[in-house]
Amino acid sequence: MTLLDIENLRVRYPDTHGYYEAVRGISFRLGSERLGLVGESGSGKSSVGRAIMRLLPDGVKIEADRLDLEGEDILAAPEKRMLFLRGKTMSMILQDPRFSLNPLVPVGRQIMEVYLEHVKRDVTQARARALEMLAQVRINDPERTFDLYPHEISGGMGQRVMIAMMLIAGPRLVIADEPTSALDVTVRRSVLEILDKLVTETGAGLLLISHDLAVVSQFCDRVLILYKGRIVEEIDARDLARARHPYTQALLASIPDMRHPRSHLPMLDRDAIACLDSTP
Amino acid sequence: MTDDIGVTPAGLRKWSPSALRAGRAIGVLSSIALTLMGLLLLTFLLARFLPADPVYAIIGDNADRDTYERVYRELGLDQPVYQQFFTYALKVVTGDLGMSHITGMPVVRDLLEVVPATLELAIVAIILGSAAGIPLGVLAGTNQNKPIDHVVRIIGLIGYSTPAFWAGMGILIIFYAQLGWIGGAGRQDPYFFGEVPTVTRLVTVDALLAGRVDIFLDALRYLVAPALILAYNALAYISRMTRSFMLEQMNQEYVVTAKAKGLSRGKVIWAHAFVNIRVQLVTIVALTFGAMLEGAVLVETVFAWPGLGQYLTRGLMFRDMNVVLGSVLVIGIFFIILNMLADFAYRQLDPRTR
Repeated sequence: MTLLDIENLRVRYPDTHGYYEAVRGISFRLGSERLGLVGESGSGKSSVGRAIMRLLPDGVKIEADRLDLEGEDILAAPEKRMLFLRGKTMSMILQDPRFSLNPLVPVGRQIMEVYLEHVKRDVTQARARALEMLAQVRINDPERTFDLYPHEISGGMGQRVMIAMMLIAGPRLVIADEPTSALDVTVRRSVLEILDKLVTETGAGLLLISHDLAVVSQFCDRVLILYKGRIVEEIDARDLARARHPYTQALLASIPDMRHPRSHLPMLDRDAIACLDSTP
Repeated sequence: MTDDIGVTPAGLRKWSPSALRAGRAIGVLSSIALTLMGLLLLTFLLARFLPADPVYAIIGDNADRDTYERVYRELGLDQPVYQQFFTYALKVVTGDLGMSHITGMPVVRDLLEVVPATLELAIVAIILGSAAGIPLGVLAGTNQNKPIDHVVRIIGLIGYSTPAFWAGMGILIIFYAQLGWIGGAGRQDPYFFGEVPTVTRLVTVDALLAGRVDIFLDALRYLVAPALILAYNALAYISRMTRSFMLEQMNQEYVVTAKAKGLSRGKVIWAHAFVNIRVQLVTIVALTFGAMLEGAVLVETVFAWPGLGQYLTRGLMFRDMNVVLGSVLVIGIFFIILNMLADFAYRQLDPRTR
């Protein structure tokens, strides 16, 4: 079943001379699968995620021929409907828990809030469910962690709290915007595994936005390569090594390999890629 | 910090919570004592180095040499400086701030009159100013560059740029002289002087304690105009600061999180962003209140409000050093109290400072 159906999505930011087009007409469909969206900084990948949630700042223009979530046109939905959809039908995991969690609210309350808003206004039940979620994201002592403030837990724990918070209402679509980029390398894997497990269990769709090809190829079924606001290649994660597009090939070539150390990593030849820019 | 497995630093704590609390209390008390000593030293030095001869202030410019010498010795000015300081400190600590030659009363007694008068005005003004200024600032800060933002900024601008004495006289002319709705000079109708027992020295509170609603309402008629002018000035500052605090918070990532959770705009603003500006608000509200204690001179003068600002200004004009020192001391003590309260509030409002 198609969860998300996007056709010709464009996102434009106002700047000094009119608009800057960060996303220049991308189309894809997402079912109950894990889809990776890969690109370098400024490729527009985060704008795509926030456009789907309609969480871009005022003044940013989102246009599309189609932007449907479970058959419902999101662009036409009134803000009130969006309040219902956000957190309940679709949710988003942000990059850095040091900034994305409210520093002055105990983490348990931040998790409960979603349940109270979308499932049931019952604090006892919300607390029980929040504790369950904390256990599911493998936090050792949920009772104690529940009352801690964000500054009292580590980045890895913070991101697991974030996952618990964004999954407690059972969303159909989860957008993870660079969920591990801010974390210590040693905990990235475990955080992704937890996210992967929970998403698979609930049969939700996952849109994993990342600049890290290795991470994406490991945790996704399909990968979209984004460059300068356009999708340059769509490929199955296992076929990534056989990518045809020169940009993807260049990206792959610049991944360091422990087995074959090199003195210089190849860099992207942007002039060569710029030629491709005019021929979408 | 904790590590990733979820172990807290509980095992690392060497002190029990009660010992920590006692230690902190001692720390706070000793810092207050130190600040007070510093305040005493400052006021003492102020008296010694101000280019106003305390002897001439008392005896006048035309007194003869013998009188001058006598008063000079009476004031203890012939003693070494450190001894003068100890004499001064000892007197202050025992509650003796000397006599005022402009009122002919002990300064302590004067202060017991003027400080409550100023407090009554400042408390009402800060409550009104915050109650209006904070919501207006939040409204402006969350609607940047929209019409409501401009309206709030214009309201603030008027508050900033209207001289208090001009507004005060305007209000007196219209609402006192023409319409007779409000009281004129002073804190209450002289008709009611001495009618109710003095308890708190706040006229409104004392009237209520005595169950005299008529006296309470009369005091309100006198209080309303100066309090509103001070409140409006406070509002201008508080709303502008609140606006910029909110602008900063609304751009934080946790606000995006709150929106991604599907919370309503009201909850995003009040349950998330506002929570994060409370500490800053406490600071500016405390500072604004402190400034009203001494800075309300113009308003106090226009409305003949017998307050601290007026008392201090008269002391300065008539070179009455005891009055100046006593007033400065009281203002300093209030700032110490305000700082303590603000510190306490920080710890309540921000877990990171505990």
